[in-house]
Amino acid sequence: MSDVMIDARDLTKHYGRVAALRNASFQVNRGEVVGFLGPNGAGKTTTMKILTCFIAPSGGTAQVGGVDIFDDPLAVRELIGYLPESTPLYTEMLVLEYLQFAGKMRGLRGAGLEARLRQVVEETSLGEVLGKSIGELSKGFRQRVGLAQALIHEPPVLILDEPMSGLDPNQASEIRELIRDIGRERTVILSTHNLAEVRLTCGRVLIISQGQLVADDTPDELAARAGKPRFIATVKQNGHSSSEIREVFSLIGDAASVKEQSGGAPGELKVEVVPEGNQDLRAEIFRAAVSAELVLLGLEQRGENLEDIFRQLTTGNGGASS
Amino acid sequence: MRSVLTIAGRQFRSYFNGPVAYIVICIILLTLGFFFWKTFFLFGRASAREMFRWLGLILVFSLPALTMGLLAEEKRTGTIELLITMPVTEAQVIVGKFLGVLGLYGVLLALTISYPLSISTLGDLDWGPVWSGYLALLLQGSAVLAIGLMASSWTSNQLIALFVALTLSVLFWVLDKFLALLPTNAASALQWLSFDYHFQSMARGVIDLRDVLFFVSVVVFALAVAFRALESRRWS
Repeated sequence: MSDVMIDARDLTKHYGRVAALRNASFQVNRGEVVGFLGPNGAGKTTTMKILTCFIAPSGGTAQVGGVDIFDDPLAVRELIGYLPESTPLYTEMLVLEYLQFAGKMRGLRGAGLEARLRQVVEETSLGEVLGKSIGELSKGFRQRVGLAQALIHEPPVLILDEPMSGLDPNQASEIRELIRDIGRERTVILSTHNLAEVRLTCGRVLIISQGQLVADDTPDELAARAGKPRFIATVKQNGHSSSEIREVFSLIGDAASVKEQSGGAPGELKVEVVPEGNQDLRAEIFRAAVSAELVLLGLEQRGENLEDIFRQLTTGNGGASS
Repeated sequence: MRSVLTIAGRQFRSYFNGPVAYIVICIILLTLGFFFWKTFFLFGRASAREMFRWLGLILVFSLPALTMGLLAEEKRTGTIELLITMPVTEAQVIVGKFLGVLGLYGVLLALTISYPLSISTLGDLDWGPVWSGYLALLLQGSAVLAIGLMASSWTSNQLIALFVALTLSVLFWVLDKFLALLPTNAASALQWLSFDYHFQSMARGVIDLRDVLFFVSVVVFALAVAFRALESRRWS
């Protein structure tokens, strides 16, 4: 098996006359955690359903672990652990019963099943609710049961459709932790609306809008690509005028522009310094302030963040709403 | 085969986790008891034929309640997606579901064995027709269940599945009840399609291979249609 675990080529899906996905091509390697980002209805779920062979694409194809989804859907499904959107589980079953069922469906039996059960129960911290029926569980626990069933057969590829939605921050951070652990050896694709989430969990982001892939990069590179960093310095005025203070910072060699910013507290002044390129000017700003005997109260770096990029990329071509 | 049995086993057990199976079984047994014992002593014969006659009719009306959710509910809640994306084929899912509900039906039939047993204490019961009657119940019941599963594969609404299954199975049951109104050719064709025609001859103690094949063909046809319906989602 090569290192490319998912290889999607020109995936296209029409529902009637509506194109849910248009010529989406991407690759995901072993050991990568990839975030699939896009507004509702952009085609994330459709892509995942195609990769898991739940639906067939209208055009293009994909390989998972080197197996084509048209040639051998069962072999593809064996390689994948899947958590569909909103975690559909048999609510009348007990957690343990359900996990046993999932294990058996994956071909596990007897001692092997027992061992895997113990392991996933520990990984997903389900021990205390094993005897409860799934219908009684909180959203967080249900999500963990969904993850546990996806992990039971140690799949090389995990596909998780909105694994964090509806979780409180504590639950989300536990699940995030778990996904990062899993992502060390396996390939994970997860879809989400939450951009902060992507930064924390994913090594790479695929942004999809109106059925088309519009970006494929690391979160940091995406942020860098979208705009120059800006530095906001807050200084104590101490009788200096705004123009004197701006003068101090405009003497920095790499500073392209220096502007006063609104929002400073009384007696304080906020100044925005934009570099010529992508340089980090924080040290220079500090030295300039010290040499002019200005009191520097705060200094922060702002890049154009993922939210902005996301909005640019997904609304630029026709105003998809989320 | 293992996946089929795993799916069947899960389906079978899930009936006992909810109220529907208990309610349906209770209603069937109570209705049967009412109709059977009402007239049993009037005949003054130690025969189970009346039981098979009533049960055959009651089941046509009540079994669709057991099958309505088989696929419709899985589609409504989305669990079908998890099931299908496990390494199983659509055919295995359909057969597994069918065997699951057939198992429950087997439990129901086993519960009615108390009737022939109690009749045999009252008189000299001929067990031959009892066994052929059970075979008839099993076959006709399988056909009704398969039709129910087919109806359940067409919709994600249990009530629609129930009414479609009910309409179809009752239709097949009444087919031979209006034959007098029809020309002979049409009448014999309709009679041949009727559940009750095949059922009654078996319940009398005559096991004819043609009757067995009729019910088996209905089962195979209905399951094949359900398979197509489930598979068609891939290409929609």
